Amino acid sequence: MTNLIEAQDISGEHYNFAYLDEQTKRMIRRAILKGIAIPGYQVPFAAREMPMPYGWGTGGVQVTAAVIGKDDCLKMIDQGSDDTTNAVALRNFFVETTGVGTTTKTKDASIIQTRHRIPEETLTKDQVLVYQVPIPEPLRFLEPRETETRKMHALEEYGLMHVKLYEDIAKFGHIATAYAYPVMVQGRYVMDPSPTPKFDNPKMDQMEALQLFGAGREKRIYAIPPHTNVVSLDFEDHPFEVTKFEQPCAICGAENVYLDEVILDNDGNRMFVCSDSDFCEDRRAAGHVGLLGTNPLDADKTTEEAE
Amino acid sequence: MLTTDTHAQSEDLPLLQVSSTTKLYGDRIGCKDISFDLYPGEVLVIVGESGSGKTTLLNCLATRLTPTSGSVNYRNRKGQMRNLYEMSEAERRMLIRTDWGFVHQHPADGLRMTVSAGANVGERLMAVGARHYGNIRDTATDWLGRVEIAEDRIDDDPRAFSGGMRQRLQIARNLVTSPRLVFMDEPTGGLDVSVQARLLDLLRGLVADLGLSVIIVTHDLAVARLLSHRILVMRHGHVIESGLTDQVLDDPQESYTQLLVSSILQP
Ligand SMILES: Nc1ncnc2c1ncn2[C@@H]1O[C@H](COP(=O)(O)OP(=O)(O)OP(=O)(O)O)[C@@H](O)[C@H]1O
Ligand SMILES: [Mg+2]
Ligand SMILES: [Zn+2]
Repeated sequence: MTNLIEAQDISGEHYNFAYLDEQTKRMIRRAILKGIAIPGYQVPFAAREMPMPYGWGTGGVQVTAAVIGKDDCLKMIDQGSDDTTNAVALRNFFVETTGVGTTTKTKDASIIQTRHRIPEETLTKDQVLVYQVPIPEPLRFLEPRETETRKMHALEEYGLMHVKLYEDIAKFGHIATAYAYPVMVQGRYVMDPSPTPKFDNPKMDQMEALQLFGAGREKRIYAIPPHTNVVSLDFEDHPFEVTKFEQPCAICGAENVYLDEVILDNDGNRMFVCSDSDFCEDRRAAGHVGLLGTNPLDADKTTEEAE
Repeated sequence: MLTTDTHAQSEDLPLLQVSSTTKLYGDRIGCKDISFDLYPGEVLVIVGESGSGKTTLLNCLATRLTPTSGSVNYRNRKGQMRNLYEMSEAERRMLIRTDWGFVHQHPADGLRMTVSAGANVGERLMAVGARHYGNIRDTATDWLGRVEIAEDRIDDDPRAFSGGMRQRLQIARNLVTSPRLVFMDEPTGGLDVSVQARLLDLLRGLVADLGLSVIIVTHDLAVARLLSHRILVMRHGHVIESGLTDQVLDDPQESYTQLLVSSILQP
């Protein structure tokens, strides 16, 4: 992450490196530094309009824009995949405004911006994981007043988080919250990990990589520095449990990874495959095969191409 | 009757000491120069016509409203007398959640309407660190029983409850942490007469069982008679008469109180 900065000329328009002007980037970096200094604390920042709708992850984009440098290699994922419309558009945005290299390989990336997933591959100290966050405030579910939630964070009044989990157990017999599952960061701040599945929560704990969270519409940045304790909230008699999948990935055979259900045809045939598509490809390249042998979707592709 | 001789508790030190408490709204007097002591286990009722300053005073005592002048001191569980308005906010909020209760006239102001009855009762327990679901639920079940709400309503949210049930739920939610002092503003105010009578009965039993100290604001002298040891009569923001409830109601000294008691005034 170097700071250099040449103006880029994109489609006739003149942008600064990574779109934002230097002053804005400095302001965002200050917010990030504050976030790192107070793990889990939501730092307000003067979010800028970005040339994309809020739902596209403008908070994450601004964080990435503030930390990215010429020598970075960027990976952009959406639901674990590098090639959804959203991931492609955001990756192109950075390619156009920075000219940095991009990759789909988790281990080759120095910055990974994500919506919904943490890669399966263990991240390292040389990497930064940037989350796109829609709703940063974990207490909002029961306390809509911003003045009040701020006070609750300041005074560590977190009983309400357990009220929410209590309601889950009362209604469903277990803690049914499966996404945005609240965590306690370094024993101090309760944090919403954004809409990642709770399956990914344990990866946040003691992660070697720096984790940065940006919420554009809500104008908040927060952070988990490397080697920070991140504990999922629970009850003594209803401990936090990671989602378990009954079968391994159908095409690479991976176990203990997060799987997506894929509908194969109109007859209701379906398969469960790695949500992290790069991880799945790596395994297949290394010779691992799942029950379905090859990826039926690849077969489709080949026939289409042939036609 | 609960109107036992308060001298029985006179060797105890006051729980709450109110000194010259005044609240002005601009030029208008909310309440003026109010002083009294409240002793452990004592039930004090504040009566007076509409606009006389009852709610203003109650809110000043419960730290829901900052007085313009005067002081309010509270004896904490360690026996230390603390000025409520010199405490840190963290300390004050902890007091409010654990040592105190506040029962609002409208249950919706004191309940979380979108979570179950069980969670409403359990919230304070979780706020002070309870982390065992089964135990929280057992305590909530027990408290619902004590306020005569059937166990099988524990997972319903209060929107499905009648006004009387909501008020009883609000009371359970407040009492679950065994507070020492409970404030109530017109707790029977919005209810039908028959429902009011039942709630009063229930309150009387709970207050006696738990040895609670209570400050109740009411329009209703029957509430005063039935529940309180001592009474403050307010008019135009001032306390114009105070004393043991039975004495004041049976033999009022001030002409305004006489009017109030003889029901010539419709409070
Ligand atoms: N927020 C406020 N701003 C200005 N004046 C107020 C405010 N709240 C109360 N007052 C005034 O203070 C006086 C006391 O009001 P308060 O609400 O304490 O009376 P009350 O005895 O509780 O009346 P009620 O029986 O109708 O509830 C009234 O004159 C009222 O108009
Ligand atoms: Mg009032
Ligand atoms: Zn796979």
